[in-house]
Amino acid sequence: MDKILLTDIKTVSRCLNGGVLTSSDLTNFSLNRALKTLKYNAFINITHDEAQKHAELSSKRYSKKKSLSDLDGIPIAIKDNFCTRGIKTTCASKILNNFVPTYNATVYQRLLDAGAVLIGKTNLDQFAMGSGTIDSIYGPTKNVWNFDNNSEDFYIAGGSSGGSAVAVASGVCLGAIGSDTGGSTRNPASYTGVIGLKPTYGLISRLGLIPLVNSMDVPGLLARTVDDIVSILNAVAGFDPKDSTSLTKPYRKIKLPPANKISIKGLKIGIPIEYHCQHLSKEIYDVWNEIAQLLASNGAIVKQVSLPHTEYSIVCYSILNQCEVASNMARYDGIEYGFRADEDSSTEKLFAKTRSIGFNEVVRNRILTGNYFFINQSQLKKNYEKYFAKALKVRRLILNDFDNVWNDVQVLLTPTTLSDAPLYSDFVKKTNRDQCAIQDYCTQPANMAGVPAVSIPITHSKKGLPLSLQLIGRNLSEPMLLALAKYIENIVQFPHFVTKQDNKSNEEYQLLFLTK
Amino acid sequence: MRLYPLDISVYLIRKMLMRNRILFRLQFPKRRYSKVIKSNGTWKSVVGLEVHAQINSNSKLFSGASTKFSSPVNNNVSLFDCSTPGTLPVLNKRCVEAGVLTALALNCQVNPVSYFDRKHYFYADLPTGYQITQQRAPLAMDGKLEFQVFTPGIHKSPYKMQVKIKQLQLEQDSGKSLHDTERSLVDLNRAGVPLMELVFEPDLTDGEEAAALIKELIIILQRIKTCSCKMEEGALRVDANVSIHKEGEPLGTRTEIKNIGSVRGVAGAIQSEIERQINLKNSGGTVLNETRAWDAATKTTVGMRDKEVQQDYRYMPEPNLPPLHIAMGPIERGCVNADKLRETIPELPEATRERLKGEGIGLTSEQAIILVNDFSLLNIFEEAVTKRKIDCKLLANFLINDFNTVLNRNNLEAGDICCDPDYYGEIVELLQSGQINRNTAKLLLEEIVSGNQSRPTQIVEEKGLAQITDDDKLRKLCKETLKENEKAVKSFKSGKSKAFKALLGSVAAKSKNQADMAKCSDILKDLLNKI
Repeated sequence: MDKILLTDIKTVSRCLNGGVLTSSDLTNFSLNRALKTLKYNAFINITHDEAQKHAELSSKRYSKKKSLSDLDGIPIAIKDNFCTRGIKTTCASKILNNFVPTYNATVYQRLLDAGAVLIGKTNLDQFAMGSGTIDSIYGPTKNVWNFDNNSEDFYIAGGSSGGSAVAVASGVCLGAIGSDTGGSTRNPASYTGVIGLKPTYGLISRLGLIPLVNSMDVPGLLARTVDDIVSILNAVAGFDPKDSTSLTKPYRKIKLPPANKISIKGLKIGIPIEYHCQHLSKEIYDVWNEIAQLLASNGAIVKQVSLPHTEYSIVCYSILNQCEVASNMARYDGIEYGFRADEDSSTEKLFAKTRSIGFNEVVRNRILTGNYFFINQSQLKKNYEKYFAKALKVRRLILNDFDNVWNDVQVLLTPTTLSDAPLYSDFVKKTNRDQCAIQDYCTQPANMAGVPAVSIPITHSKKGLPLSLQLIGRNLSEPMLLALAKYIENIVQFPHFVTKQDNKSNEEYQLLFLTK
Repeated sequence: MRLYPLDISVYLIRKMLMRNRILFRLQFPKRRYSKVIKSNGTWKSVVGLEVHAQINSNSKLFSGASTKFSSPVNNNVSLFDCSTPGTLPVLNKRCVEAGVLTALALNCQVNPVSYFDRKHYFYADLPTGYQITQQRAPLAMDGKLEFQVFTPGIHKSPYKMQVKIKQLQLEQDSGKSLHDTERSLVDLNRAGVPLMELVFEPDLTDGEEAAALIKELIIILQRIKTCSCKMEEGALRVDANVSIHKEGEPLGTRTEIKNIGSVRGVAGAIQSEIERQINLKNSGGTVLNETRAWDAATKTTVGMRDKEVQQDYRYMPEPNLPPLHIAMGPIERGCVNADKLRETIPELPEATRERLKGEGIGLTSEQAIILVNDFSLLNIFEEAVTKRKIDCKLLANFLINDFNTVLNRNNLEAGDICCDPDYYGEIVELLQSGQINRNTAKLLLEEIVSGNQSRPTQIVEEKGLAQITDDDKLRKLCKETLKENEKAVKSFKSGKSKAFKALLGSVAAKSKNQADMAKCSDILKDLLNKI
C-alpha cells in the first residue's frame, strides 16, 4: 500500500480526507521507504520520532475533520542547512556536526503550521558549496536513475540539494525543501527528474537557512509535479518580519487551472542565444529545440533573445560567492556552538585549529580566496576595488540584461544543466570549482538577478537519465512560470522514476484506496 | 531569555590581548589636570575625538534582546546576538530615530539613504567575526558644533570653539571578555547593543577643549534623550587622536588614546599625551602611530601593543539589511521622518546660554556656562526665575558660589538634594528684600542640605534668624562693641583704617551674624567720628 507515496499531494490529501488512509500510516510508509532506500544516502538524519509525533497529531486532526491544509500529514524532507528546533542541523560539516538549533527556520515552521510531517534532514555538499552532493562528511548522495547495486560507481544526484531531490525522486517524500544559491535546487532536480523551483529572491523567508551567499540564497522547492510545488509554495511563501530582505508585498496564493485549460497562445518565449554554450550536450540541445518548436506550434511566440553578459556571470558569481562565504564563515570559531578543537594555548590558535579541522578543503579554499578579494590594505593592494566592487558592477549588468529582455518576452526557455547526470567517477575528475563553473552555467544568472526559475524534466537521454529544461521569468512571475511548467509537464508526460517502477496511474491508486 | 548555561560561556582561552582590561575601567578622578602647553615653545598640538555613545533603547540594534545594564551574565542574549547560524538582523527603528535626532541636534546632513557594512576581525567576544557598522554611507555627515571652553581655575574667561563632525554612524557594540590567569570568560550582554559613533574633525588644540566638547555633547544628548551618557557604565566612551607639529609644518604622527571613561579623564589623558609627545620629540625621539590607554591612577598614557600589524578590516556591504531610507522634505517614505523628528528637539545648551545672557535675565557668560553645565542647578534657577520676581544675577551668584560651596563642603552634588527647588528662590527673595543677610542665607542652605524639611521663611521665624534692621537696636549693638574693643578703637583713631574692618567683624559676631551690616557700617563710622 505504500505506493500511495508515489502519487501526488492532491491524491494523498483526498485519501486522508476520505478517511481511507491515516497520516500515521502514510508516515510509516514513508519512514519504511526511507529505510529501504538508504543506499542512495539521501538523508543525513531520518527523524522517526518527530515524524511519528507529527503524524499522530495530523491523524487526530483528520479524524475531527479539522485538517490544516492540503499539506496536512504530507511527508516532506528538508535540506540539512535549515534550522530545525531540537534536531541536529549539520550543513554536512564537521564544524556543525553537533549543532542542535533552538529555533525553526521560517520555511520549516510554516510547513509545520500547515500540518506537514518531517521525515528527515537531507544530504548536501558542505555548507551547500558544490553541485554534486559529493562533498559531505556523510558521503555522497547517489542518483536513483541507473543505480547499480553491483557497481562502486554511480550517477551523481546533482547538488547541492541532492539529498532533497533524491528523497522526492525515490518516492520517500512528496515534497522537499532545498536551497538555491547558484542552481542548487534546479541542478539536482534536473539530474533526478523532478520539478525544482527557485522562487523570486525575497518571496520565501531565509530566516533559519544557514547562509551561503546571502544576496542570492533562496529556499528552493522540489516535488514530482508542478501542482505539488504550488501546494508547498502556497504554504511557505510570504513576508517574514524576521528577514529584512523578504518582500513585504502580501503573497497571493497561486491556483493553477487544469493543464488542458491552460493556453499559451501569444505567450512570448525567449530563447537566449548565450545559453547555447560550448559544453552544451547534443541531447540537451535537441530537447531544447524540440520543446521550443512544440510551444511555438501550440501558439506561443518563440523568439531568439540575447543576454549579452551571460558569459561573465559565472566568474562574477564565483567572486561574489567566495567573498560572502569568507564573511559568513567567520562565525564558526568554536566559541558559541559547534565543533571546538582541543587547543588552549591561545585564542588565535584555538580559532585556527578549530577552523582547519572543522571545514573541508572546498570551504577553506573559498574562505581564503574570498578574503583575498577583500584585501584593501595598501595603495598597491586594492583587491576590494579590483575584484569585489567590479563583480558587483558586472552583476548589475547581468540584472540589466534580464530587465531588458523582459521588454521583448515574458519568459525564457533554457537548459537547466548542460547534460544528463555525470558518473561519479567522471565528476570527481574536475575540482569543485571547475565543476561549479560548468554545472551552474545556466542556473546562476537567475540568482544574480534574483528572478524565479523552474526546472522541468522533459525526457530521457540515451543512457536512460532525465533531461530537463529551465524556465526563467521576471520577479514574482511564479503564477505564469508554474502555469507554463504545468503545461509542458502535461505535454511531455515525463515518466518518473517511481512511476516507471509501477504502472498504475494516480487515478487507479485513488480508486484503489477509496474503494478499500 | 537565558539561552545557555554559564559553563558554556566559560572558555578556556589564555593569553588574550589586554584590550578589554582597559575597556571597562571606571574612572572618577577628582582633581583637575595641568594647564601646560599652549605656551610651550614652538609645538602645536592637534586633537580629534571619536565618541561611542550608547543609544537609549530598550532593545539591541538588530535583535529584541534587552540592553539593561548590569543584568546577570549572558542574560541579554538573543539567538542573533550569539551568532546562531541562520539568524538575521532586523533594524531597531528606535535606534534610527535616536541617530537622526542626534544628527539633527549636531547640525549634520542626514543621508536620505545610508548603508550597513561588515567590519571583520576575529575576537572571542565578537561572535560573528564581524561588526555591523556604517562605513560607506553613514547615517549623517558634515555637522558642526559650537561650544564654550571655560574651566574655572584654568581659563580666565570663556572662549567659543567650533568643531566639525565628519560623520555619525550606527553600529553594534561587541561583547566583553574577562580574563584571569587560567581562562577567559565571555559575556555577550553588550554584544549588539546599539551605538552611535561620532567622528569629530581634528579641530581642537588641547585637552580642556576636548573635555569642554564632550561636556557639551553630553548635555545635548541628555536633553534629546538619545544617550544616558553614563560614562561610568560605558554608555559614552571617548577615543582621542593626538599629534604635535611645528607651525607651518605638516601634521605629526598621531597616537590614539582608547576608551577614556570620564570628562576630566579626557582633559588629563590628552594633556598628558601632548606632554609625552613634546618631551619625546624634544629629546630626539619619534612618535609611533599606536594605540594607547589612559591610566587614571598614574595619570599617564600607556602603549597597548595591539596594532603591531595594521588591521585590514576587509569591509563588505551587509547583505542582510536593505539600504536605510530616511524620509525628509519631499521624500515621504522612509524608516523615520527627519522633519518630524526635528520638531521635537528641545532648546539646546548654546541657545540656553544665549537666553540666560539675554534681556530679562542678563547673566554673565561665566554664569551662563556654569549653570548650563549643571543640569540640577539650572533647573533650580529656571524654576525660581519663573515663580518669583527675583534678581537673576543675585540668584545665579547665590547658586554658583554659596550653594556650590555648601555642597562641596558636604561632598554632595545639586542633584543629590531632593527638596522643592522653590526653596532656593525663597531664600534669595528673603535676601533680596533684606529680611535676612548673606550669612543667614548660607545658614539656611546648610539647614536644607542637612535635611531640614521646613520652608526657609519658617526656619527664619523658628530660629529667629531675621536680619536686625532696627536703627536703635543696631546703634546699641555698635556702641557696646566699641566699648568692648577699646584697643581697636584706639588704633583706628591713630590712623589704622584696617581696624575698622575688625570692629565691623565684631559687630557681626556679636549679632550672631544677623545684623544688617550695611547699616552697621554707617552707624559705626558715625560713632567713631564722634569719639
